[in-house]
Amino acid sequence: MDLILVTATIVNILIFVSVIELIRRNRLKEKYSLLWLFSSLVMLWFSVSRKTLHYVSGLIGIQYPPSLIFLLAFFFLIIINIHFSTVISRLSDRSKTLSQEIAILREMLERDKEAKE
Amino acid sequence: MKTLLIIPAYNEEQSIGGVIEDIREHCPETDILVIDDGSADATGKTAQSLGVTVITLPFNLGIGAAVQAGYHYAERNGYDIAVQFDGDGQHRADQVKNLLKPIEKGDADICVGSRFLSRGAYEAEVARLIAIRILSRSISFLVGQKITDPTSGFRAVNRTVIRFFSHFYPDDYPEPESLVLLHKAGLRLSEVPVLMEKRLIGTSSITLLRGLYYMVKVLLAIMIDMIKEVPGR
Repeated sequence: MDLILVTATIVNILIFVSVIELIRRNRLKEKYSLLWLFSSLVMLWFSVSRKTLHYVSGLIGIQYPPSLIFLLAFFFLIIINIHFSTVISRLSDRSKTLSQEIAILREMLERDKEAKE
Repeated sequence: MKTLLIIPAYNEEQSIGGVIEDIREHCPETDILVIDDGSADATGKTAQSLGVTVITLPFNLGIGAAVQAGYHYAERNGYDIAVQFDGDGQHRADQVKNLLKPIEKGDADICVGSRFLSRGAYEAEVARLIAIRILSRSISFLVGQKITDPTSGFRAVNRTVIRFFSHFYPDDYPEPESLVLLHKAGLRLSEVPVLMEKRLIGTSSITLLRGLYYMVKVLLAIMIDMIKEVPGR
């Protein structure tokens, strides 16, 4: 087994374990960890199974099979980032609506208080 | 008809008082709502001391979200018409009745006050004028009718648009973008000539490059709006 594949295996196991640990300590929501877990498992599979790595590399014309793992990592990072951008957009939309709501409610509350006094 | 004047204001303590007095003088019947968009100065306090309704956003959300808060308020409180009016003293309260006419008659769903339809000389930087000209050509083409002043934030809308805006209002370049979105939703746009003041307080210095940059950004935003899903009315 190449040293580079051993390294990749170790790194992927570390990623997988850290994500699980973060979930266990409630510092990461399962919802946002699925993509991490999925991508680290796929990359782990490619790092461990020489057969798969060489087969898929051959299929898409990669001369040096371990670089397939880099390619995969690159794809996964792009997907995860786009996913996060959609999450951020949704959150900023919600925080906008909440701020507007709070401002309107605060005005109503103050008017109510004045009416009572 | 129950009419609400929405004034978005961000750090306008120097002009907001004059704006409110101007409106009280010329539109005594309308309710006034100031949206204090997280101002650092006394904008909100000044407006409150004049007895108008003030909504204070917890932090600066930007013009789009501030105006939308006003539409939320208008929808919730059952207003038939909402008028957008700048807090910087650029808009003139004696021109509001021109905006209201097409809405009250039911001829349009939104009526925009245009500086360029009126005879009065409107002076501005060349860069700004060029940017507005190219934008207005593009938007006119997209909505299939002549729009001369797409960046004007002086506008009146009816109940249908109040509801539409309170659910869906663009954040980035709300004035031109909202016209495209309303057209896509099948609503009727119109423009009337209005007179505007030159900015009294604060200057907007637009260089040629910045004018063009602004224009390109707005055009991109509008192209994205064209392919966006727009909620039905």
